[in-house]
Amino acid sequence: MIQGVQIDLISADRLEKMTTMEKIRLILDDVIEGNIVVLEKGLTPDEQSKLIEITMLEITPDGFSGIEMETYSPKDAGSSGGGLFGRLLGKKSPGTRMTVIGPANQMKTIKKDKDLISAWVSSR
Amino acid sequence: MNFFIRTRKRLSKYLNAFFKKRQSRIGIYGPPNAGKTTLSNRIVRDWTGDALGPVSEIPHETRRARRKEGVTISNQNGNTVTIDIVDTPGVTTKIDYQEFIEYGMEKDDAIKRAREATEGVAEAMHWLREDIDGVIYMLDSTLDPFTQVNIMLVGIIESRNLPVIIVANKIDLPDASASAIRKAFPQHPVIPVSGLEGNNMEELYEKMLEHFG
Repeated sequence: MIQGVQIDLISADRLEKMTTMEKIRLILDDVIEGNIVVLEKGLTPDEQSKLIEITMLEITPDGFSGIEMETYSPKDAGSSGGGLFGRLLGKKSPGTRMTVIGPANQMKTIKKDKDLISAWVSSR
Repeated sequence: MNFFIRTRKRLSKYLNAFFKKRQSRIGIYGPPNAGKTTLSNRIVRDWTGDALGPVSEIPHETRRARRKEGVTISNQNGNTVTIDIVDTPGVTTKIDYQEFIEYGMEKDDAIKRAREATEGVAEAMHWLREDIDGVIYMLDSTLDPFTQVNIMLVGIIESRNLPVIIVANKIDLPDASASAIRKAFPQHPVIPVSGLEGNNMEELYEKMLEHFG
């Protein structure tokens, strides 16, 4: 049997149909199992804030110690999506981007640049 | 006639009480060990003579948000602002009690500290979403500012349209680089200070008057 780490790639289409709490539960349940989650489209700032808050509630001694999360810097709200019409209507695009989330004790960021993220993942 | 005057005064009093704007709550945010409590103590001591909380080299010394109400900052031109200073626990996405054992803590104490620290981070996030009107974002200027937590938190603050000042702390240390922080967050004012030594606090107070006034 192949030894390794499970990686779940979740499409933007699937994420768009989910509520904030559904997304957070999906991510955390997966990561607590020791899997790596890749979101095609990242979380909004408000969702990130709630993810941090709920992650903290899941941490246990000698068990889950939190998450490692990496994404590129958000694109400028004015330049990503929405266009002029969206901006005229006051619609703000958070410009969320592909995001990788894993268990803190298994995933470590080696290098992070503006356009390149290098991470190392170990099996449990 | 007296009746009308009395009624007008009473109405005016009720309207003032109803529309009175409460003091802005300025949250001091940042990753653990950036010097948030040291700076909070410095600000509160400079303007009220009190202090907010204890400091420690072990991360997560502040595990509950602490608020000092009615801190009035002023300058020589007569500009003043009265704010509440909220010192918050350091924000992170991971906490392992083993880290505290490495600082020499007993296992039970380390586990207790880790549990309280997780509650503190959750509390800090809740304050940011619900009760904060402006942010001083603290960074240790001897470290790489380009971390996920910093990018994420600044993004959350921006999405809430909160006025923010970024403080490049620990400029008294030889490896400090405020320019790296300016490069990482060019969209916000960056003020280099040493909360410990009190260096360049005047510039920070001027910026606070401008931003939070």
